[in-house]
Amino acid sequence: MDRTQELRDMGELVLGLRGISKHFGAVSALTDIDLDVHAGEVVALVGDNGAGKSTLVKILAGVHQPSSGSITFRGKPVTLADPSAALGLGIATVFQDLALCENLDVVANIFLGRELSPYRLDEVSMELKAWTLLNELSARIPSVREPVASLSGGQRQTVAIARSLLLEPKLILLDEPTAALGVAQTAEVLDLIERVRDRGLGVIMVSHNMEDVRAVADRIVVLRLGRNNGVFEPDASNQELVSAITGAANNSVSRRASRRQAQSGQAPAPEGRP
Amino acid sequence: MTKGAEQNAQAAALLDRSDERVKHAEGVGGSVRAFWDRVRSGDLGSVPVVVGLAIIWTVFQSLNPVFLAPNNLVNLLFDCSTVGVIALGIVCILVVGEIDLSVGSVSGFASALVGVLWVNQGWPVSIAILAALLFGALIGALYAVLFNRFGMPSFVATLAGLLSILGLQLYLLGSTGSINLPYEAPLVNFGQLLVMPDPVSYALAALPGFVMFVLGYRTAARRREAGLSPQPLTSLLLRSVAVTVVLEFIVYYLNLDRGIPWMFGLFVGLVAVMNYALTRTKWGRQMLAVGGNREAARRAGINVRFIYMTAFVLCSGFAAAGGILSAARLASASQQAGTGDVNLNAIAAAVIGGTSLFGGRGSAYSALLGIIVIQSIASGLTLLDLSSSLRYMITGAVLAIAVIVDSLARRSRASHGRA
Ligand SMILES: Nc1ncnc2c1ncn2[C@@H]1O[C@H](COP(=O)(O)OP(=O)(O)OP(=O)(O)O)[C@@H](O)[C@H]1O
Ligand SMILES: [Mg+2]
Repeated sequence: MDRTQELRDMGELVLGLRGISKHFGAVSALTDIDLDVHAGEVVALVGDNGAGKSTLVKILAGVHQPSSGSITFRGKPVTLADPSAALGLGIATVFQDLALCENLDVVANIFLGRELSPYRLDEVSMELKAWTLLNELSARIPSVREPVASLSGGQRQTVAIARSLLLEPKLILLDEPTAALGVAQTAEVLDLIERVRDRGLGVIMVSHNMEDVRAVADRIVVLRLGRNNGVFEPDASNQELVSAITGAANNSVSRRASRRQAQSGQAPAPEGRP
Repeated sequence: MTKGAEQNAQAAALLDRSDERVKHAEGVGGSVRAFWDRVRSGDLGSVPVVVGLAIIWTVFQSLNPVFLAPNNLVNLLFDCSTVGVIALGIVCILVVGEIDLSVGSVSGFASALVGVLWVNQGWPVSIAILAALLFGALIGALYAVLFNRFGMPSFVATLAGLLSILGLQLYLLGSTGSINLPYEAPLVNFGQLLVMPDPVSYALAALPGFVMFVLGYRTAARRREAGLSPQPLTSLLLRSVAVTVVLEFIVYYLNLDRGIPWMFGLFVGLVAVMNYALTRTKWGRQMLAVGGNREAARRAGINVRFIYMTAFVLCSGFAAAGGILSAARLASASQQAGTGDVNLNAIAAAVIGGTSLFGGRGSAYSALLGIIVIQSIASGLTLLDLSSSLRYMITGAVLAIAVIVDSLARRSRASHGRA
């Protein structure tokens, strides 16, 4: 925990959550979540399916309103009443379900809500900027003038990521940004996350891929059943992480699984992979 | 990277031509092939209308040779303009994926309001018209509030509106039942007689091709400068010339009789303005976004409620305008105005013209093309002396066909990845 303290001293606090809860009717998706993100820091948010990661991201994006709790952004308490409030503060989001308009082309989607020259759309500049952003991500997109419906899942994900970079945000939320990406594109996105961090922005990345998480995260925050379940360094052991993610009770299950693996002749997955 | 594209004039070096998997249409043959591919994948655009119109005109012309005579076509243009303006409003509301079933009633009430305020109360005609338009806008705003605040489905809200506003219309017209507008008034002249002088109509017909060429040329130059592939000059020139030739021929043919009605000119002008607004402004882009994926639009920071508000207000506003024009056309405001098939004709026109009932797709031109189809059917059947019972049945069938084409095209687009 010392390193975390160090980090905390380093960058300015971009985002602070205190006691955030969210109920959907009888379901408590989030209970008493605390989370800090500093400038120049990548926070990985991990947890099982249904742990509440996307719900937290949506609260920060202004899509959902928290049932209780407080949010401070760059030192000021804020309420994110709708997505435009979050966007206005400089919080850009790549949603897990991407949220693209399939009937519009790639350029229109990237610039949606932020079109250049509102009364006489500047299609040439927008297309140029779109290509620049997409090339930065090594996107393999055949044409930016085709409707998004004609793109593959990974291409759509690249479009969604490109869109989040458009406005020089202060904080970027990426909900499983690499889930559908190819090898090269994943590497580009991880590179990009590092570049964004080095520019002093805060990044929250949700991912199920521990390799990706270890590669870029400065801190790993575990959610379990809608609650904080520990904060880890990227060099924390796999077992520590897995038990935090699945819960201590389930730990025996995972241990048995690794024992069975050992019996079938493979080396048991050791802890603490690089 | 941009510099490299500038130095290298080759198509391969252009920023948007780096993916070798995409076939790019080269030359005129390529454009034709690309167009055919688009149509086959369900991106029909205005193809069904043009085909439908060709069939309808052939059939009616063979049944009655008067049908395509300039005189009848000029009448047709007069009749088109009234419901066409209403259909333009329907395009606005369909684009966001909602519907307004009360446009007929709103148009009828607007005509009644103009009749009462202008003829019975003696208000200046301009104020009466303004009041009617304002009333239409207010009705639209009311629908938008019901939709935004209470989540009331638009077809229920507007169905309720259909009946209530019809009631208002009957109440307003009261015992007399109908008000005759003075024949010599400019408004009535506008609706029945006024046509463009020949030179004006020829000049106006040359305008679209000219504007198309100038804008296309400027865009191509900017794209070349930016390292993007420009539209080839020859195809631009060909298209502009083709548009100009077709329009000038139409004008020439109609000028054999009275010529182009000013009312039709107004309608086409409104179509052009709406087309610009829908395709070239931020607002139009957001309308299409909301119609395509409301939640995605909201998450992009678009004020979705405001967009719905503008769509409903425009729809009812255009309905009121159409009602005023039809009062001018008929020189009366009656209890029958806006009833019967007005609603369905306006909706059918928009759908036949290629605006999707499912939202997110559509253009202002669909109102123009669609209403010409609808009005051709009506005019042809009238020439054949068929009763309105048959007219209703045939228009209903045409609407059904248009919706089937729309649904099939949508399915085909989904399987061809064109949403
Ligand atoms: N709109 C909603 N209405 C009702 N319940 C919801 C809603 N959104 C999420 N939930 C519930 O909240 C809980 C957390 O969901 P969330 O999408 O945040 O999980 P997640 O951690 O992102 O999971 P995954 O890894 O599968 O993406 C789930 O139990 C889910 O059923
Ligand atoms: Mg999720």
